[in-house]
Amino acid sequence: MAALNQLISNFSRLSRPLASTQIGLRSQLHQPQWNSRVCSVRHASDLAELPETHEMLRKTCRDFAEAELWPIASAVDKQSMYPREQIKTMGELGLMALAVPEEYGGTGMDYLAYAIAMEEISRGCATAGVVMSVNNSLYIGPVQMFGSEEQKHQWITPFTTGERVGCFALSEPGNGSDAGAASTTAKELTADKYLLNGTKAWITNGYESEATVVFATTDKAKKHRGISAFIVPKPTEGLSLGKKEDKLGIKGSSTCNLIFEDCAVPAGNLLGQPGMGFKIAMITLDAGRIGIAGQALGIAQASLDCAIDYASKRLAFNAPILKMQTIQNKIADMALRIESSRLLTYKAAALKDEGKPYSKLAAMAKLSASEAATYCAHQAIQILGGMGYVSDMPAERHYRDARITEIYEGTSEIQRLVIAGNLIKEYQAL
Amino acid sequence: MSLKVLVGVKRVIDYAVKIRVRPDKLGVVTDGVKHSMNPFDEIAIEEAVRLKEKKIAKEVIAVSCGPAQAQETIRTALAMGADRGIHVEVPAKEMEKLEPLHVSKILAKLVEKEGGDLLIVGKQAIDDDTNATAQMTASLLNWPQATFASEIKKTDGELEVTREIDGGLESIKVKLPAVVSADLRLNEPRYATLPNIMKAKKKKIQKMKPGDLSVDVTPHLEVVEVLDPPVREAGIKVDDVEGLVTKLKEAGRI
Repeated sequence: MAALNQLISNFSRLSRPLASTQIGLRSQLHQPQWNSRVCSVRHASDLAELPETHEMLRKTCRDFAEAELWPIASAVDKQSMYPREQIKTMGELGLMALAVPEEYGGTGMDYLAYAIAMEEISRGCATAGVVMSVNNSLYIGPVQMFGSEEQKHQWITPFTTGERVGCFALSEPGNGSDAGAASTTAKELTADKYLLNGTKAWITNGYESEATVVFATTDKAKKHRGISAFIVPKPTEGLSLGKKEDKLGIKGSSTCNLIFEDCAVPAGNLLGQPGMGFKIAMITLDAGRIGIAGQALGIAQASLDCAIDYASKRLAFNAPILKMQTIQNKIADMALRIESSRLLTYKAAALKDEGKPYSKLAAMAKLSASEAATYCAHQAIQILGGMGYVSDMPAERHYRDARITEIYEGTSEIQRLVIAGNLIKEYQAL
Repeated sequence: MSLKVLVGVKRVIDYAVKIRVRPDKLGVVTDGVKHSMNPFDEIAIEEAVRLKEKKIAKEVIAVSCGPAQAQETIRTALAMGADRGIHVEVPAKEMEKLEPLHVSKILAKLVEKEGGDLLIVGKQAIDDDTNATAQMTASLLNWPQATFASEIKKTDGELEVTREIDGGLESIKVKLPAVVSADLRLNEPRYATLPNIMKAKKKKIQKMKPGDLSVDVTPHLEVVEVLDPPVREAGIKVDDVEGLVTKLKEAGRI
């Protein structure tokens, strides 16, 4: 119980006063750049219609996804194939560093654009979605927010074109949600070198990535305040990869352990100050949740598309089953969950773009969208019946792909803790 | 000589939308319906941008006649690589009655005003399918025309254009300046990349009215009625060849 309370207080403390945390960091560090480079300021109340730029971006992403991702999505899944060519094209389209300012080779758009793009890309292929999300918000995100000018040029620019992707190493075999308990260590070997030891688990893009942001304890006694973040190039001596995990879904992206054994990292690769790692991780995950919400929306929408298409063609009792109320109830519930999650996602993104605290909304968006994805994929299979259960139709792939969205970048349980933590803080109830 | 190219881009109901006839039977439902650039005009823009990339063209200007939303269509052309846009504002109500001849007059005036060397348009718009604007504009300008182009090559002061005609391909030469209309297989239009969407925001769109070009847009045609295509009736099955022949004879087909 004490541990749980500690966890709640950790999350509420770190997620609620985000603005003040950031202001605190701004004075010590480099100012986050996202807010100064937004392509248009959107107010959360005025999302009934998206700005022209965002509509154009949606069209580009949708056309690309329909023409080049949807046709390969089944093969990506069945053969666990990394869609290398498609990721390269996504880089050329400007999708792999969407919210990065142009001076670092990015597209210079905002997080609302990112959320929309994530939905459209994931609607075509959820694997492409996660690769894009990890590169954008988990790898580039922290470097952009906390890196020095030199680090940004070195570690962001080569990762904007789709030629190279990065990854993010926080979880360990012994700790996932309890990120503060990291046992990977970074020992200051000399003034200009750290030695990393330990194992990081569940690393998306583990095999394909050419750099990782890794979190390790520099001062065990300080617990989560003793964690620091490092940028480590891949491959590098002392860093080996575990076996590729055999997964339920999102099979085209690799997931594996990163094993550090006396891996020497230059002190110049330290991100931010020593001891800031936990904050960096939490702020990174807040932003990442908007991307995963987008991914979940894409899977949910693809499930609904598939269900309505099938139900309009499948005849039973001499009529398309779409004419039956039982089916209509299902599609109404599916669409309701998708649309409400989409609004939450846009609101979270708009708040972030306006530089306002968005931790609670990002958690709500991610929770709602990922539950919408698992719900919609489940209902899609139900509507398709036997055809939903076989791999000739995409419904079962959506079902498997959807499941992880409730787990990675904070489980549904953790999202609820984040939301509750924020509420308790807002009400000053504890 | 590098060319100044004007390209006509029309905002039409998206090709994937199921068209519905309006209850007053004088048009189709456009409110709340997804619109996009006429697909043949996308091909026209793509070709113009490719000419620019090959340094054959020096400037690409996208022109659209239509309501305020036509600017979105122009913006898409700018994101694909056009340099600037001209929006000839025609309110939605008047747009319904805007005819190819009006558009041709507007385009001809703009070409003259801009000193254009080449006008590329889609061979037809997928809403009214008139396939007339390129031909009429060429006539008004007294320029040669190369319609249904599937390949365009520039030679000295001339264009070599391959046209898709019944039963094959025809190669013609036209002297510049000229009007070209783009057919389906001329090229495959590119995606508007995100960085180019951002750049398009900074490109200029000049606004004007048909009156500014002294073009009178009074309609010459009156729409009497718009109807859905007849619903196809179910066929019948015949048992054998004899039955088929009998039925065909009954129907007066043989």
